[in-house]
Amino acid sequence: MDIIVNILSMTIPFSVALLLASIGEMFNQRSGVFNLGCEGIMAMGAFVGMLVPFMVGHGGAVGQGWNWLGLLLAALTGALLGLFFAVIVVTFRAPQGIAGIGMQMFGVGTAGTLFRHFVGGTQSIPGMQNTPVPLLCDIPVIGTIFFSHNLVVYLAFIFVPVAWYILFKTSWGLRVRAVGTHPRAADTMGINVNRTRYEALALGGALAGLAGAYLSVCQVKMFSDDLIAGRGFIAVALVYFGHWHPVKIMLGALLFSFAQTIQYNVQGLGINIPYEFFVMLPYVVVIIVLAFTSRNQTTSPAALGKPFNREIRT
Amino acid sequence: MTKNFTVLYKTVIILLAILATLLLSSVILLILGADVFRTFYTIVITPLTRVGHITEVFVRAVPLCITALGVAVAYRSGIVNIGAEGQMAMGILGFTTVALALPDLPKPLLLPMALLASVLAGGLWGFIPGILKARLQVSELLSTVMLNYIAAQFYSFCLRVPLLDPAEALSGAGTPQSARLTANIEIGRITGRLHYGVFVALALALIVYLFLWKTSFGYKMRASGAERRAARYGGINVPAWVTLAMVVSGAFAGLAGGIEIAAVHRRAIEGVTNNYGFSAVVVALFGMLHPFGIIPASFFFALLIYGSTLTPRAVGVPANIVDVMQGLIIIVIVTTQMILQNTYLEDRVWHWYSAKRKLKQEV
Repeated sequence: MDIIVNILSMTIPFSVALLLASIGEMFNQRSGVFNLGCEGIMAMGAFVGMLVPFMVGHGGAVGQGWNWLGLLLAALTGALLGLFFAVIVVTFRAPQGIAGIGMQMFGVGTAGTLFRHFVGGTQSIPGMQNTPVPLLCDIPVIGTIFFSHNLVVYLAFIFVPVAWYILFKTSWGLRVRAVGTHPRAADTMGINVNRTRYEALALGGALAGLAGAYLSVCQVKMFSDDLIAGRGFIAVALVYFGHWHPVKIMLGALLFSFAQTIQYNVQGLGINIPYEFFVMLPYVVVIIVLAFTSRNQTTSPAALGKPFNREIRT
Repeated sequence: MTKNFTVLYKTVIILLAILATLLLSSVILLILGADVFRTFYTIVITPLTRVGHITEVFVRAVPLCITALGVAVAYRSGIVNIGAEGQMAMGILGFTTVALALPDLPKPLLLPMALLASVLAGGLWGFIPGILKARLQVSELLSTVMLNYIAAQFYSFCLRVPLLDPAEALSGAGTPQSARLTANIEIGRITGRLHYGVFVALALALIVYLFLWKTSFGYKMRASGAERRAARYGGINVPAWVTLAMVVSGAFAGLAGGIEIAAVHRRAIEGVTNNYGFSAVVVALFGMLHPFGIIPASFFFALLIYGSTLTPRAVGVPANIVDVMQGLIIIVIVTTQMILQNTYLEDRVWHWYSAKRKLKQEV
């Protein structure tokens, strides 16, 4: 019982990075842009996020405000990188897949370079404190699983319905879906396709940056080159898995996070399988899930991956 | 539009692209407070100043070239292989397993067998994303990345448990590495660490050229990549050729891994793949997906990779700067290609240019 509670109570906070990044990627893809650079943006976010509390406290304790500033600056960095990606794939209409790989290498490389210069070796920071929800956290089992995490966790899950509202109930969300489904029709109706895609990429980038900073400030509480470890790519896969819908994406993020959490509890479970195989597990799950979900994509944004050019009739 | 203008236009665009890459990398260097000129000098010029450096550049160029050839075959067939890193790791495992299992075989038998094992292991690792793409439309960009992580974990597991050097297990140090392989698998060295694998890389480049452009198999692969539907209409079994292209691509990466072990490390250790798999994508694109472009491109990127290992000591810039530059180069290459293809833009610039010239003549 304890071990199950332990796994589940880790599943929720560990899913946040995936959740934020894939909701961001969902906005990108809903606007018709496939951002494979998510991994790189997360790496930059993770670096910027941990740099602020590290520089202020020199690795020691800092006020919680600095952690929040770190998260904020990470989101800002992410948004800027999202806009940089927009220049490449929206304005210059470069092929999105390979440009995304470039973005990933650029982001991971830059984060690693700056990290070595400004921080040096592996340095942990105290990071974000847990804020158990009063009263609710005292409920046995449920309190531990759901209500004893840091504030970002709660906010991230509250953001899921907010994202749903933005996407389906606001005029901006309608614009995003329009340019991702039929950019020419949207253009005819006076929607600025490129501008909308820029906005969606900025939002997606900000969320990816935040997701990275969540890892370095709230979850692992340090930065290293392999901190992101493919979470950016998993986030992209989750968007497929969740059929471009925030709630389904959340369920996917929890599933993957569950697969990831098992590796920390292997010994407790008494399973005698080398731990590397548990580290592999989430990646294997991604491939299996993709194999089942990639074929019938009737729900995918129709213009996904297709650059829009007003001047060329299609 | 005059021919002179077209040439001038293209040259200016390419020069602007190079300038953009340098400027963007300089921004990162300026954030580090490094001497921009000396950093570039250390990366690009210093490695060429000593024979010892040049051989090291070649040592890095060999796996890059072989892997990039495979990436180019896949790319031409319409499938992007960013899983070379994992395929290379699997190739190394295949090579090492055979070498450790049959240490007493004579060299003419053992070396080809071990290399074949690396080819098969890499090919198998390429087959998975290939068949997933061909049959189930799984994005190869995602599946290959996932397979990279899986291969990396499997690789560490193998070095830690089944292939672990018995001496390491005895001493208790437990450095994850295999035992030193028998001399029967060694590929000879010319000077320094420069080895005869260089000629293998050159020969493979020629073979890939002949295969892609002079055989019907290559034609079918290129047709599948260039225009899927037209190829299918022409009676080409596109899914089969795409899968095969990915297998070939994986086999090249696996072979690169095998050669790296046979010639350079002579035992399986951590970090052999050294990001070559990702750099190979850059090399393939930079070499315009053509074997004869890939040869100089792999030398150039080997130069960057080796040069960047010198920067921490020479100018205090972390070696990761090479990843930054490679990422930027990919971005700039794909962007530049789109700009060059944009005839509307060219037309507009031409009008602007000719209007300006007319104005000048009237004055």
